[in-house]
This record gives sequence, structure tokens and C-alpha cells, in this order.
Amino acid sequence: MRKTTNQKAWWLVVPVLLLVAFNAFIPLMTVVNYSVQETFGNNAFFWEGVTWFEKVLRSERFHDSLLRQLLFTGMIISIEVPLGIAVALSMPRKGPWVSVCLVLMALPLLIPWNVVGAMWNIFALPDIGLLGYTLNSMGFDYNFTQQPVSAWMTTVVMDVWHWTSLVVLLCYAGLCSIPDAYYQAAHIDGASRWAVFRYIQLPKMKRVLTIAILLRFMDSFMIYTEPFVLTGGGPGNTTTFLSIDLVKIALGQFDLGPAAAMSLIYFLIVLLVCWVFYTVMMRNEEQ
Amino acid sequence: MSRIEFKDVRHAYPPPAGQAPVYALKEISQVWEDGGAYALLGPSGCGKTTLLNIISGLLTPSEGSILFDGRDVTRQPTAARHIAQVFQFPVVYDTMTVFDNLAFPLRNRGMPEARATERVTEIAEMLDLSDRLHQRAAGLTADGKQKISLGRGLVREEVNAILFDEPLTVIDPHLKWQLRSKLKELHQQIGVTMIYVTHDQVEALTFADQVVVMYDGGVVQVGTPVELFNRPKHTFVGYFIGSPGMNVLPCKLENGQPVFANNLLSSGYPADADLSGKLEIGIRPEFVGFGDDGIPVEIQKVEDLGRYQVVTVKHEAEQIKMLVGEDEAIPSESPMIQFDPENLHIYHDDWVVETRNA
Repeated sequence: MRKTTNQKAWWLVVPVLLLVAFNAFIPLMTVVNYSVQETFGNNAFFWEGVTWFEKVLRSERFHDSLLRQLLFTGMIISIEVPLGIAVALSMPRKGPWVSVCLVLMALPLLIPWNVVGAMWNIFALPDIGLLGYTLNSMGFDYNFTQQPVSAWMTTVVMDVWHWTSLVVLLCYAGLCSIPDAYYQAAHIDGASRWAVFRYIQLPKMKRVLTIAILLRFMDSFMIYTEPFVLTGGGPGNTTTFLSIDLVKIALGQFDLGPAAAMSLIYFLIVLLVCWVFYTVMMRNEEQ
Repeated sequence: MSRIEFKDVRHAYPPPAGQAPVYALKEISQVWEDGGAYALLGPSGCGKTTLLNIISGLLTPSEGSILFDGRDVTRQPTAARHIAQVFQFPVVYDTMTVFDNLAFPLRNRGMPEARATERVTEIAEMLDLSDRLHQRAAGLTADGKQKISLGRGLVREEVNAILFDEPLTVIDPHLKWQLRSKLKELHQQIGVTMIYVTHDQVEALTFADQVVVMYDGGVVQVGTPVELFNRPKHTFVGYFIGSPGMNVLPCKLENGQPVFANNLLSSGYPADADLSGKLEIGIRPEFVGFGDDGIPVEIQKVEDLGRYQVVTVKHEAEQIKMLVGEDEAIPSESPMIQFDPENLHIYHDDWVVETRNA
């Protein structure tokens, strides 16, 4: 059999190539371009090699915001995942309350990021906000605009409020897919409530939990709008996470070279963590 | 081990708001003797699974009581009843090994590990799972998983009965046969009561000593496979069991004797006094034959199934199926059929009527 050669078929790939080029490849390459050169405007570039990368990797400021970022992501994942599972477990599996619960759960997810930030900002204001005022009148010294601990707590609680629903909905979907026979069999085998969770519900939720953790990791690691609106990265730099810091360097100080290098490092960290996490989870799956 | 008794058990699932409850089980009184092999046979939705779940305690019946050896267990939870159940779709604990799966019910009940290991090894041997004990259960094929489900029931020493809810549904045809003989073998070996739900008559008739036929929420007949075949008490049993099922034809009484198509069918007289209502005769295709006289029919279809032929004939509006040997000739001109009077039954409102000779 002779294969017919038809080079015209390549034209069919062109739209996709263009799309990928303009929304991913070219912007990324622009950043790469900035990260290895120095520019003083007028389109004049000077080769700098890996100077910016070295500078960023050695800068204390980057270390600090990376550390803050890791701490923040670690905290919200370790709160949102168990809390999400707990809420999903206590939601009704059938009946009229199912849709009520689902709508209530979905509500926070529908609110735009900056609105969430603004809401919590007003909500937590120590003098007029409901939360801030209540806490202060209960005797707690709470002022998120001035105290780092208060600012952190508010940011974390805000994120938990905004995103636990995502974990809940994913876990709930996982729970709903477990056939009744599993529970009945466990019942007959005399399994305790804990054993049912440990050996039936948790294994069946593993896939959705993997996705939930990945999504929450990526989103929280790149968080910008909410803390920016809530605290603006303050007080001082205490809630300046990676992306807030990046914007300060790139747009505030207009240090395009270091900002580009930092973007790439940032991107590689996210990519690496996701890849390692996913590979490990999938390897477990195969065994 | 114990004798299980149902006393006037009825069950209705909670109805949608504002509607009267519909009984999924309508008044069942039934005894399951200790050590018996029972099959619950019936079409989908006839209440078989409901009945099974009531035995195991997953459901509490709306009315009536269940006795184990005379002890009322109606309100007792599953765990207290010592019942094992195998479901339609194999249930295994994916993250555990085969061994841990089998040991799970024992560990939950606090059995010492050494004793549990001994027990599991013994049962794994019976089920031919010994070589796979340390594999992850998730990696097994459907029949392997179903064996694990069964094994989790067998390891428990105090089990009163093992219930099977259509356990072979997802098993490959050639393995079905193997697994079924394994079950039969285990039953003989262990002697525990087994109740097997199925809608497949071949499965029911090969597995069970006693077949309980269910129809529309009630038990219509309990009997050995031979009894069900030779003397169906209800028209449903007649056409549900046998392949093809029994012919059920309308009949009239003339001088107190059943007549179909102007043919006197048997010399017996129905014993019941009141026969107003629907009156029918039932005759299995095996007992319909061609003859020189009898009921004139036209032949509609002949299906050759190898050892015999299924012939569909028609008399006026009534279709009649008959089984004819493979070598037997089928008359081509004005065929007549005859019914074997010995194997003819009369049904009044679907229930069999005793006959007496005049």
C-alpha cells in the first residue's frame, strides 16, 4: 500500500500553533528575554547572563517571601483539606437538603477575588467592621492593619472561607460515587465508623483529593488579589507573598530583569512541586 | 447456625410525600431451615433484595418479625445477627491485601491475630486464593474479588447464614459455572445456610435444594426444582421456570370439566366450588404433541435448537409453544395438537386448582 503524501494537512495545525504561540510561548519567551538582559529603555538591551538569577536566589527578600508563601500554602492546605473532608462527610447524601447545601457551598466560589478581599477588609476593620469590632469588644486586641499575627490570621481565615468549598465539592462528588454495597458490606463486616472512613471513604476519595490538593496548592501559591486588597502585603512586608513581591519589583521598582528571573524561578517551583506530587500519587496508584 | 423464620413480614419503602406506601414485600411467612441451600428466584423488582436485606438487618421491616432459632431479632442490628452477605458487585477494600481483606471482619471483632491468621489461611485454601494472599485486592479480576467478598463471610466462625445477592452478575460466563460449583461444594463442606438471590432460573435450579419463587412482593411457591417444574402453583412459576415457559391458555368449563377449543382436556373436575373469575389451563411445551386429532392449529415458526425444536403454533388468537424432538417430523397439512392430560393444570385467578376425578 502506498501512503499518499499531502503536505496541505499542516495548515490544519496552524490555528492551534498560533493560539499556543500567542498565549503561552511568546509571552514566556519575552520573560526569558528580560531575565538574561539589562535594559534602560529605548529597546537597548545588554547581555547579563545568569546574573539576575543569582541575584534573586541570593536575595534575602526573595527567601523571606518564599518562606512566607510556603508557610501560607502549608497552613491553608492543612486546614482546608481536613475541614473540606469533614464538611463533605457531614453533608446529606440524598433528600431536599442536598441542593441547599450545594448552593451554600458554591456561593463563596462565585465571588470575584477582589470582592472577597474588599469584603474581608471591611468585615475585619477593627473600629467599624463586624468581625474586628466584635473581637475587640470581646477583649481581644485585634488590628489586622497593624499587627502581623492579626493580619496573618485574617488572610488565612479569608482563604479558608473562600476555598474550602472547592475541597468540599470535590470530596462530596467522590463520596457520592461510592456504591451503597460498600457501606453495607462494611456494616456486615462489623467495621467501625473510623474503619469505614479509613478503608472505604478515604481510598475512594483519593483521586479527587489529589486534584483538590493540586488545585489548592497552585492557586494559593500564586495568590495575589485577595491579600493585596486585604492587607496590601502589610503591615510592613509580613503578608507580602511571592506574587505581591513580584509585582512590587516588576511594576513598583521597574526592575524588569530581576522580576523576569524571579518569575521563571517562581514558575519552575510551581511546576516542580506539581510534577513531584502528581508522580508520587500516581505511582502509589499503580502499586 | 440457626433456623431463620419470617412471621408475617411486610415492608414498604418510605413513599414520596403525599402518597400511600407501596408494599415491596407483601406478607411473607417463611422458614429457612438451618443448613439449607435456598434460591430466591424472581424477576427484577419483585422484592428479592428487600427480603435479603431484611434477613441481614440492613433493613428493618415495616411489620412482622424475624426469628433466629426462635429468638426475635427484628430490631437487632446487622452486626448482632452474624450474617454474611455477598453483593452483586464485588466489594473489596482496595487499599488492603487479600489477606487483610479476609482478616478484616475478624480483626473488627477483636479476634487474636494468630487465630485470625489461621482462619484466613484455611479459608483462602478453600477458595483457591492462597497464592494471591499478599497481593493488593484491587488488582484481582472480578471473580477473584467476588471470592474475597465471599471469603469475608466464610472466615467468621459464628455465621448464621450467607446471603448472596445476584453474585455472578459481573462474572465472565465461563467462570460463572466454576464459581457456582465452588459455592455448591462449599455448602456441602461447611453446611452453613445459604440464600441465593437470582433472576436466572439456571443458577437457581442448579444451586438450590429449595427454590423460593417470588412475584410482585410475595412468595408464590417454595419447592424443589422438580416440583416447580412439574407442578407450578401459580401461572407465574409456570412461565418463569422452564424454557420456553408454560403455555397458559383461557379455558371454559363444560359439565364441570375444562374445555379449550371445543376439546375436553382432562377427565378431572376442579375441586374448588367457586370458580367465577379468570379460568386458565397451563401446559408445558414438553407435554404438547402433534396427533391425528385434537386442536387444529397453524404453524407459525419452527426454531431448531439442536437437540429439539421449538414450534410455535396458533389456534385462533392463542399462541402455543411446543417442544418437538430433533428427528420428529412436523406435519405440513392441517396439523393437530394434543395436550398430555397428566401434566395439565387448571388455574383459577392465576392459582392452581386441585382436580378430582369424577
